[in-house]
Amino acid sequence: MLSLILILIAAAFFTGVIIRVKSIASGRKGPGIFQPIKDVVRLFKKGVVYSETTSFVFQIAPTIYFSSVVMAMLVVPFGQSKGIVGFNGDFIFFAYILALGKFFNIISAMDTGSSFEGMGASREALFSMFAEPAFFILMGSLALLTGHTSFQEIFAALHIGSYISYAIAILGTFVLMMIAMVENSRMPIDDPKTHLELTMVHEVMILDNSGFDLGLILTAGYLKFALYGALVVNLFIGVFPYQYSIPMFFIIQFVLASGVGFIESFMARFRMSHNAQFIFVLTSVSLLIFFGVLLILGKFV
Amino acid sequence: MNQIEAFLVITATVIFLIPFLKVKGKGLVLFAAILMNAFLSDYFAVQTLTGQSFEFTFPGSLITGPVNLRIDALSGWFILIINFIFITGSFYGLFYMKAYQSQHKNITLHSIAFVFLHTSLISLCVIQNSLVFLIVWEIMAISAFLVVIFEHDKMATIKAGMNYLIQSHVSIVFLMFGFIWVAFITGSYDFNAITSFTAQNKGATGLFLFLVFFVGFAIKAGFVPFHTWLPYAHPAAPAHISGIMSGVIIKIGIFGILRMITFIKADYYSIGLVILAFSVVSGLYGVMLAIMQHNLKKLLAYHSIENIGIIGMGIGIGCIGLGTNNYLLASLGFAGGLLHTLNHALFKSLLFFTAGNVYQATHTLHIEHLGGLIKKMPQTALLFLVAAIAISGIPPFNGFISEFVIYSGFYYWMQDAMVGSLMTIIFSVLALVLIGGLAMLCFTKAFGIVFLGNARHEFNHEVKEVPFLQLLPLYMIAFFIVFIGVFPQAFLNALYQPIHLFASNMQNAGIPFSEKIGDVLQPVTWAIWVFILIALLIFGIRKFALRHRKVAIETTWGCAYIAPTEKLQYTAGSFVRPYSKLFRPFLLTTKTEKEVQGIFPSGGSYKTRTFDQIEKHLIDNPIAAYKSFLGRFLFLQNGKLQFYIIYGIIFIVSVICIPLFYDQIVLFIDFIKKI
Repeated sequence: MLSLILILIAAAFFTGVIIRVKSIASGRKGPGIFQPIKDVVRLFKKGVVYSETTSFVFQIAPTIYFSSVVMAMLVVPFGQSKGIVGFNGDFIFFAYILALGKFFNIISAMDTGSSFEGMGASREALFSMFAEPAFFILMGSLALLTGHTSFQEIFAALHIGSYISYAIAILGTFVLMMIAMVENSRMPIDDPKTHLELTMVHEVMILDNSGFDLGLILTAGYLKFALYGALVVNLFIGVFPYQYSIPMFFIIQFVLASGVGFIESFMARFRMSHNAQFIFVLTSVSLLIFFGVLLILGKFV
Repeated sequence: MNQIEAFLVITATVIFLIPFLKVKGKGLVLFAAILMNAFLSDYFAVQTLTGQSFEFTFPGSLITGPVNLRIDALSGWFILIINFIFITGSFYGLFYMKAYQSQHKNITLHSIAFVFLHTSLISLCVIQNSLVFLIVWEIMAISAFLVVIFEHDKMATIKAGMNYLIQSHVSIVFLMFGFIWVAFITGSYDFNAITSFTAQNKGATGLFLFLVFFVGFAIKAGFVPFHTWLPYAHPAAPAHISGIMSGVIIKIGIFGILRMITFIKADYYSIGLVILAFSVVSGLYGVMLAIMQHNLKKLLAYHSIENIGIIGMGIGIGCIGLGTNNYLLASLGFAGGLLHTLNHALFKSLLFFTAGNVYQATHTLHIEHLGGLIKKMPQTALLFLVAAIAISGIPPFNGFISEFVIYSGFYYWMQDAMVGSLMTIIFSVLALVLIGGLAMLCFTKAFGIVFLGNARHEFNHEVKEVPFLQLLPLYMIAFFIVFIGVFPQAFLNALYQPIHLFASNMQNAGIPFSEKIGDVLQPVTWAIWVFILIALLIFGIRKFALRHRKVAIETTWGCAYIAPTEKLQYTAGSFVRPYSKLFRPFLLTTKTEKEVQGIFPSGGSYKTRTFDQIEKHLIDNPIAAYKSFLGRFLFLQNGKLQFYIIYGIIFIVSVICIPLFYDQIVLFIDFIKKI
């Protein structure tokens, strides 16, 4: 329950912070950090426009995408306190329920019959597929390290205190953050602020969505960012009592958001054809974590 | 006993009856026969799942020895799957075959082979005598061949059929070798002889025997590299046969492997690793090639290979559990494998049936020619979507449940594994994740291109939804897909007995299975329900919020281009192009290109085709080499009668002379040896 509330609060400012940091870095004052929320609220009040090519798939897809993110949010714990649903193997469920949202996102883009949206759909399907192995190896390694297979038990037990385990946590942060970038189509993978449809991934998929549906999709994006941020926080807080861990949660989320903002300000997007290789790197890093765990446990004999 | 006689009498009566009926009558009698036989065998099968088992002994003949039939829980589970798919498939087939009504004799042959196929598949599940098993296996192979080549006036169909027939006989050779080897040593054709044989010959012999059986059954099941018949046979067959073939015929190979695991007493750990290795390769290779296919049925056929890989992973984990004496691991593995067998039978047959609907409506299966069918055939599209989500292993449908059990198996195994096993686990998990991701890519492509967007091709005939009765069996399958996804417990409880069969010979059979797996799955079920509730809630809110709002219909936003045609849409080829560029080393894609040239350009063209690399190196190249070797002896067959008479005379003379001069020849050879 606690994690749900914290993620919701973090989601409210996360994207705003990114935009604000980008504005400041480019010498502008920029909008307030709650501007994304205000945009979404405005969208929720609007009617919708559907393309005449589309079918019911296009109409249900945003709802399912949004629900899948909400469901994933319920699974994530906060340190010692459980998520609303938590069980052995919940991280498998976490990844697969997000995949359901992606599946619908992709087919809703195909539903419009637009070549641009098809392009985005094709890229999204390929990129997200490559991010998943990294996630499973990372969680598998942590499961091996702690001897548990649910988010909450893994994170609660992850305070072994040796330096290597913190090294692993840092590598894990890198992997999770990069997965978040891939999943949310942020900078090194995809440029959300590009002016050309040909170079977009996620943004081009939702070209035809409008009003309430677009609001759902955008909100889901904000939630997803905070969701992965929460997973990163969980790598560190372990057994800390709440008076430390809750402020830590917000600090880490804030640092992550400004990090994303800085990356976006000072980095160009990768060439589309290089993205796949970049994502392979993620898998390699997670394999590195796996070997680190093997070292700690002394399984190399 | 009486039921078994009734079973055979029904089959025999129907087979003699069918040729004398009118086309409509043939269909109805066939369906009635399948239904009756299904009820008879289900009567036993359901009871086996509650813990009973039935044994019958027939006197047999002098050669075979007594023939035992045993219906245990494993047979029961497979009989139930076979019957369900056959009932829905034959009902669907009644309507699908309407277009072929004028082909009187052809339908007669088809119906008879169909009944034979059903009977032989069920018999294979219960027969315990290897000689009889081989005979029935042969009947099954030939009747499957006959139902596949229904459209035998097409060259491609005959070729696919021959390919299948030859490969299934290669499989029989392996099985024969295994069974006769056992019978030669022990002197008995009963399956129990396998147990006594492997119990006496510990070590490599048992493993080798298992490998022989594994190859034999793997050809039928479609494990890579024994899969090459599958992508030809499935598209060639009529839709209801493709569904049955992918749903149950290839599963009889899985059944064979499982059956042998119950009998062979060998090093289960090594067996498990072997199965796991084959499965990982099959899973990845199947889905990798599936993505490149642009024929809907061929795409589905490659997905069967992928899913056989997933089933195999479950079985592999199960064997490793047996080998390490870990009861929970064994039950997780076998539960995952057996449940995925059922799940795959459901969603794959549904996919093939919906592909049949598409073919019936448009007369083509070429993905690039289709598009926008969701408006013309909304029900078919919805059913395809359900099956597509299920096969990608995504909740809330059944594919996720079995994959979840297999994942749990892997992560559970991880807890007490050493470095070698850990590497196996991590790469198998990697493979399973990639399979899921690639399957999603493949099915978003298939669904998106076939059903969504605008039509890519003008058809000269009306494209319309098939009648409701034809959709009825499809809805039944879809119901079970959803049901297993939402209430998996019922099915896992049914799996208690089949799994107990494997694990019963372990030393410490400790924790009761049903409770433990129930523990694993109960919360997932809860989570799935919560998800469904959330989705419904948000859907309700959305509906409520949009109640008085303006809903406008406009053209698709073309990024300021206002005259788009359907040709501008993304095609299947372009959808998978980033993928095919990335995976080029693994794929064998050939391009033929004709560029547009000149001031008054003529038409240009661009074609790509993906071949199966394993097929090329394992089947095509050796056959080409063999052919060119045999080509050197072509001069012997020169068509001149005089020469043939000379061959005849040479043959006769040598047949007469060799025995006459046998002693001299031996003496001569001895003489040469002395020198």
